[in-house]
Amino acid sequence: MSQILTAEKDIYLPEPADVVRAEPMTKMEMFFEFKLSSGRPLGHMPGQFAEVAIPGIGEAPISISSSPTYRSGFQMVVRNVGNVSAAMHRLAPGKKVGIRGPFGTQFPVDGAMKGQDLLFVCGGIGLVPVRSAIDYVLHHRKDYGRVTILFGTKSPAERLFVEEAKQWAAQPDTTFLETVDRGDEHWKGSVGVITTLMPKVKVDPARTVAVICGPPIMYKFVILELDKMGIGKDRIFVSLERHMKCGVGKCGHCQINGLYVCQDGPVFRYTDVAEVREAI
Amino acid sequence: MSIKKIGPAALERWVDGLIGRQTVIGVQAKGDKFAFAPLAKTSALRLDYDVAVTAPKAFLQPPCETLLRFNPKGYESVVDEQPFVLFGVHPYDAAAILQMDVVFAEGQADIHYLKRRAQATLVVSDVQQPSANVFAGCMNTAVLEQGGDVMLTRIGDAYLVESRSDKGAALVKSLAGEPDAAPADLQLRKKTWDDNRKRLRRHELKVKPGDLPALLARSYDHPVWEEKSKRCFSCGSCNLVCPTCYCFNVRDDVRWDLQSGERVRTWDGCMLAEFALVAGGHNFRKKKPERYRHRYLRKGQYLFEQHRQIACVGCGRCIGACVTKIANPVEIYNRLAEGPR
Repeated sequence: MSQILTAEKDIYLPEPADVVRAEPMTKMEMFFEFKLSSGRPLGHMPGQFAEVAIPGIGEAPISISSSPTYRSGFQMVVRNVGNVSAAMHRLAPGKKVGIRGPFGTQFPVDGAMKGQDLLFVCGGIGLVPVRSAIDYVLHHRKDYGRVTILFGTKSPAERLFVEEAKQWAAQPDTTFLETVDRGDEHWKGSVGVITTLMPKVKVDPARTVAVICGPPIMYKFVILELDKMGIGKDRIFVSLERHMKCGVGKCGHCQINGLYVCQDGPVFRYTDVAEVREAI
Repeated sequence: MSIKKIGPAALERWVDGLIGRQTVIGVQAKGDKFAFAPLAKTSALRLDYDVAVTAPKAFLQPPCETLLRFNPKGYESVVDEQPFVLFGVHPYDAAAILQMDVVFAEGQADIHYLKRRAQATLVVSDVQQPSANVFAGCMNTAVLEQGGDVMLTRIGDAYLVESRSDKGAALVKSLAGEPDAAPADLQLRKKTWDDNRKRLRRHELKVKPGDLPALLARSYDHPVWEEKSKRCFSCGSCNLVCPTCYCFNVRDDVRWDLQSGERVRTWDGCMLAEFALVAGGHNFRKKKPERYRHRYLRKGQYLFEQHRQIACVGCGRCIGACVTKIANPVEIYNRLAEGPR
């Protein structure tokens, strides 16, 4: 006979959080810092996401961009592309939002990445969740080997964390390379898609762990390049995007074949999704 | 618990008594079809129905339900804890509800479903009149030997009433004075069950249901997905009528003050074109064959891998609901079993 279980906690009830900072970053992206109104830390790990709720508009899954080592609050960068993100762009410090989460898997900063050389490959706003791992790694600098960060955007105006990236590059044993698909009259850096940066990078494939996050089209090409570099498939981690509507493995929207991105992801070891047909 | 045998008059007295005490959702005629709806009088109850247009899950996961209320002060949970009786649920629909119980309880438990479910008393009723497309007999869901709160089986003009839980015992309390079913009656019930296992097969599945997950797992590139989905309108009717579909959307409904309102959950469907769309415009299941395949693989493979149960109970509603006649699961399963062609 079936037993009907009950619970008291409402998994859909957001927790109030205060907007501490809300600053435009590019034409499309805005940077936010939030703090849970209760004062307790969000308790996330790099790579996880949270649902941000705006009363009357709705809720959207947003990656957390700050490292848990940053303790004053948590940060997000939001591109103005939907109802909720548009409403978020109208927020100012002092306003409130609802937060559920953190949800999902993390970049294995305390697991497979520890003690290894790291290669971060980020396209566009793919840098946003990866920044949580970069900051975490640089905060615990001794625990990791060489760090290489590759960042590609469509144009110079879309670059994110421009000042911070200079600080990353100034860290010992840390390289930051960037490229744009199309330059402008002021751009003197690399031009070309992200994969054009990869031959410029020298890595020891046996001790390198790669992390990829970017637009859907990017993954297979980056993975081909990583393969050429000799980095094993089990040493690659991908953060995948889907519509993680409920965050709790129920609503069905984020499914990749049998996997729920909100629970089984968004961070996957590549070997776990290489044969999953809808994944990449 | 003993099994009672009651005549038509006792059945009417019993249901009349239930209607007086709490909400009873019972099967009733609606035009030339049948539907679950609040029962005003026992005479409207039609236990001889073939299939209800909408699965009774609609009373456990309503098409639109309020999850939260909000106002400038914040959000608060809304839970529905009104007791009710779901009367006359066919075994295949009860099997689907038992699956939903697992889905909403596992991992992160969903109190909106579970609290409502805890208030429901499930009166299961054996099929008297098989519907045009039912194939529950092939899916081992023609009969519910365990589960539910009360089990009704028609034997001639009488009904056998079996209480199967504490809630069921409370519901049948007023029948204490009725005679117990005799061994011969139980024999007849067993015969009804055996007959229903054979009768509820309007479409004949040529593989064992237990073999479906493996069959689907090796059929990802089968041409049937492309062929069938050519005629798909992406209307989501198959999702809408399916007793095991539970995917949902969540949206905010705002009051005129633009400050307060409700966060509501509505049914959604993986066959709808925008189901896997993300903000920014990328659709991860843009093509019809991708959505069409996902639905069958989810029912027969992905959810099986999660719960060890096939999320198809053979009610046959999708077969009837599909405008272009491409939604017959048996046809697809049999075709896959023949191998690629």
